Amino acid sequence: MTSSRTLFDKIWDAHVVERLPDGTCVLYIDRHLVHEVTSPQAFEGLRLAGRPVRRPDATIAVADHNVPTEDRSGGIAEPESRLQVDTLVQNVAEFGVPYIPVTDARQGIVHIIGPEQGLSLPGMTIVCGDSHTSTHGALGALAFGIGTSEVEHVLATQTLLQKPAKNMLVRVDGVLPDGCSAKDLILAIIGKIGTAGGTGHVIEYAGAAISALDMAGRMTVCNMSIEAGARAGLIAPDQVTFDYVNGRPFAPKGDDFAKAVDYWRSLPSDPGAVYDKTVVLDAATIVPQVSWGTSPEAVMPITGVVPDPAAEQDAARRAQLDQMLHYMDLRPGQPLAGLKVDVVFIGSCTNARIEDLRAAAAVAAGRRVAAGVRALVVPGSGLVKQQAEDEGLDKVFLDAGFEWREAGCSMCLGMNPDRLTPGQRCASTSNRNFEGRQGPRGRTHLLSPAMAAAAAVTGALTDVRELA
Amino acid sequence: MDKFTSLTGVAAPLAMANVDTDKIIPARFLKTIKRSGLGEHLFADMRYADGGAEQPEFVLNRPEYRRAEILLAGENFGCGSSREHAPWALLDFGIRCVIAPSFADIFHGNCFKNGILPIILPPEVCARLMDDAAMGDNARITIDLSRQVVIAPDGEEIHFEVDAFRKHCLLNGLDDIGLTLAHAPAIDAYEAQAPAWQPVISGI
Repeated sequence: MTSSRTLFDKIWDAHVVERLPDGTCVLYIDRHLVHEVTSPQAFEGLRLAGRPVRRPDATIAVADHNVPTEDRSGGIAEPESRLQVDTLVQNVAEFGVPYIPVTDARQGIVHIIGPEQGLSLPGMTIVCGDSHTSTHGALGALAFGIGTSEVEHVLATQTLLQKPAKNMLVRVDGVLPDGCSAKDLILAIIGKIGTAGGTGHVIEYAGAAISALDMAGRMTVCNMSIEAGARAGLIAPDQVTFDYVNGRPFAPKGDDFAKAVDYWRSLPSDPGAVYDKTVVLDAATIVPQVSWGTSPEAVMPITGVVPDPAAEQDAARRAQLDQMLHYMDLRPGQPLAGLKVDVVFIGSCTNARIEDLRAAAAVAAGRRVAAGVRALVVPGSGLVKQQAEDEGLDKVFLDAGFEWREAGCSMCLGMNPDRLTPGQRCASTSNRNFEGRQGPRGRTHLLSPAMAAAAAVTGALTDVRELA
Repeated sequence: MDKFTSLTGVAAPLAMANVDTDKIIPARFLKTIKRSGLGEHLFADMRYADGGAEQPEFVLNRPEYRRAEILLAGENFGCGSSREHAPWALLDFGIRCVIAPSFADIFHGNCFKNGILPIILPPEVCARLMDDAAMGDNARITIDLSRQVVIAPDGEEIHFEVDAFRKHCLLNGLDDIGLTLAHAPAIDAYEAQAPAWQPVISGI
């Protein structure tokens, strides 16, 4: 171990229970978030082996992927979705795991409610059977997605068998221009390093543009680390973090909070800490981003045009570009601005916090959703929804012709009834534009909440800076 | 978990980069509460037309690859979601080994937990094996995990790297949880020294 350590090194070292001879570590997990899709087989495994949950008091369960975002008083209509949620309810009861019911105001997307409730804290190791667990890294926690076998492993042992990842630094200097948000920043980063740019690494985001972000923006950035192939994203905890955590329901209180902050202040990377890979960007050069293809790296400024596969030298890459353009129904050289959309989705663990809804509402205010466009706003949690209603944002959206929904993952992946139909084009604040992600043969353009609202009111991909 | 020692079988060539887990198994098939039965939905959106009819040109629908046990894939295979339904679907179809120039991290780890061996080989070697696999079901490839070699149809032996601990678990079909529980005293000791300020969850 060198004397200068990164934030990742420090959190890792603090959680090593045992280091095995080949370098594999038994890594302690402080917080385990459980949802209905990736947990049933894990609980079944425990049941078959006669094993209990080791730390129910470090575990929290919520249903988010399957839940309808319309009126829920009648329960879940789709039988398979209902079975999955019912199975979670039975499992948490049998194994004594704390659970937030679908009807509770605190219900929401697991990656929204963890930070919101103070369940996710700096310095922790946090896992969930969901790749967007990287979101919680915004607090300065080591947070990563795991498969169901590992969910079972954590339930049974509160640990994982892992080898340390490599360290990657993404430093963003300068100031983000007006009209650009954390979403534009992370899309630009993914565009630069590619969807496998972070493979094998944990990315630490640093620099003036990162420090200047509020917690919601930091969560948006860390959320999409997985789209850059990284195992996790991290941002050093600072006063912004401590102020955010202070007073949240499950955060330490009083003297305990002071002790916790003392510890958290020791976590940022030491001067001289070494990274295996470093990437530097200038925030000032970023303009609002939009994805045009079926991979999150297929992204460009809204001022750009669809690339020409013929210009690509590599044959395999050229074939991939051809396929993307075919799937997305785009022509080489076509401007992205002005491309007509059918659906606008504002939501997901990437962009469904109150700050995101405010940004979208600021654009929607006094305008109308364009004729023929369906626009949904799906808050990230019941509490985000309440807060938005307290601020009158629901009225702004409803007056403009948006649908105002209950909290859940919704059209990010269409496991509930919120889905694109074949051929529909969607401006979406979510995180993945894979083929069929939002519904079979649906077409996704990833963008920021403000850009999504701009698309809703104009009916086409639009540079939000022109609506000022 | 079934052991993985050696395997000789047909390899199906899927020459695409960045095959994501939504492609391997779309989200609408994740509503199961079981691990089994996902093979019929493997690569569903590429394998079937809208009405459910097979797309005859898709590799796993071609007669020579219907019983493939090895998949040859492009770089960054398995990117995207952490869903273990992806390896479950591969396994249920009959795939026990995926060979690619690179894998996404979570998918790579999930394979080992299910008795699937993911093998990373240089792009030019993968391209050569892809050409071999394109010859159809006469071109059988052998994987010998204990010797860490892939044996191409012409008899050429290609060495591959694999994490020693994961190799040991695959060769013996070991349950990780059982192994970790042997460290229970160390886990107890770790928990005993946790700082008092660290909150626990109660009263939800």
